[in-house]
Amino acid sequence: MPETQTLSYPMTRGCPFDPPPELTKLREEDPVTRVRLWDGSTPWLVTRYDDVREILLDPRISSDTSRPGYPHPSAATATRRMHFINMDNPDHDRHRRLLTRYFAVKRLEGLRPRIQHIVDELIDQMLAGPTPVDLVEAFALPLPSLVICELLGVPYADRDLFHRTSKTIVSRHATPEEMQAATTELHEYLGDLVESKGVDPGEDVFSRLAVEQLRTGQMSRDEIADMGLLLLVAGHETTANMIALGTLALLRHPEQLAEVRAADDPALIAGTVEELLRYLTIPHLGRRRVALEDVEIGGQTIRAGEGVIVATDVANRDPEVFDEPDRFDVHRNARHHVAFGYGIHQCLGQPLARVELQIVYGTLYRRIPTLALAQPFEEVEFKHEMLAYGVHRLPVTW
Amino acid sequence: MKIVLDQDKCVASGQCVLAAPDVFDQRDDDGIAVLLREHPVAGEEESVREAGRICPAAAIRVEEA
Repeated sequence: MPETQTLSYPMTRGCPFDPPPELTKLREEDPVTRVRLWDGSTPWLVTRYDDVREILLDPRISSDTSRPGYPHPSAATATRRMHFINMDNPDHDRHRRLLTRYFAVKRLEGLRPRIQHIVDELIDQMLAGPTPVDLVEAFALPLPSLVICELLGVPYADRDLFHRTSKTIVSRHATPEEMQAATTELHEYLGDLVESKGVDPGEDVFSRLAVEQLRTGQMSRDEIADMGLLLLVAGHETTANMIALGTLALLRHPEQLAEVRAADDPALIAGTVEELLRYLTIPHLGRRRVALEDVEIGGQTIRAGEGVIVATDVANRDPEVFDEPDRFDVHRNARHHVAFGYGIHQCLGQPLARVELQIVYGTLYRRIPTLALAQPFEEVEFKHEMLAYGVHRLPVTW
Repeated sequence: MKIVLDQDKCVASGQCVLAAPDVFDQRDDDGIAVLLREHPVAGEEESVREAGRICPAAAIRVEEA
């Protein structure tokens, strides 16, 4: 293919809720193709649902960001410290399994009353204050931050530090120096925290890691800090974006919002959450991999050492899998979406995200039935440059 | 219908527990899936098939009788 025909990735959106139109066209006409990245490299882009799932399940496709050919989203993200999401098996499973008991479905279901309490308190505070208010700052960000802090054992009083550093860590526009500084600051903070937990442990995840891994010498301070960084950043940024962007999507579909508001049925709320996850697919810069061996997919051969990006956002709009995929429909069964990824790296925190989102969507609009956007929709600023899509601010009134 | 679960492949995503909570559970110490019954009772077949479809590690095989 001549170079001029190789499209740049990522592309620009048209409608803020839909994937870029070029991506949809590629899925229809050229579902396994080369794209050009910021550094001039030309990894493969995979856009069909079945192909995306196949790639993410294939052990010949590596998640190791240190391998040559890995398609980094930016120069800065190439310098990021990360943990088991960048490992292949058997190392991945060994690390992930240290954490999976804390994210088991029934354990997290047990947190429902506590999370409901936090949601209600935050809404009380919003209702007692002036309008308009930024829903991101007043609600969408504090809720998952409070929850992940309690689970991990991170003092919520230190939220300014981890909110500020996280913002840089998930930005595609941060310089390598900014990324390094933010990552080091958060890493050191979490390293100190886990050491202090070893001296005076509680019931939280960091205490257990300090007692079972740090004290016994099975993991180092740095390894635990890296793991904690991933859990803390992924545990609040993503859910915060889903709450704010999901609210905006519902406000743009008032008839369906009215149904959600009136819903007496937890199944409708749960279905709404799955549809919002599918429709919005906030990790909108694809899941990134590099091939360890030659792999054939969709009639193309991806050679060993070549980068692969799977576009889960447009895979979640695949008409082979979802009827009328661009229509937002809270009654759809969207449970098999790939918004949390697929394969061994599928999001560890997804049961927590589901519980949080179900409580939010089952509570917020019922308690504030007249919730409305307090600025023209056209002026909403979307997070095009962030790894997780969302809105920077969402001024609301009622 | 028979369900075969490969615990070595399982990544403890809990997807099967959400899809078919009476058929799958998770071990307390590491979240790895456990099978509560090999043969689903009447009415559970579709949720078991869904569990097989959405398992991110392809650790669940559903053998139709």
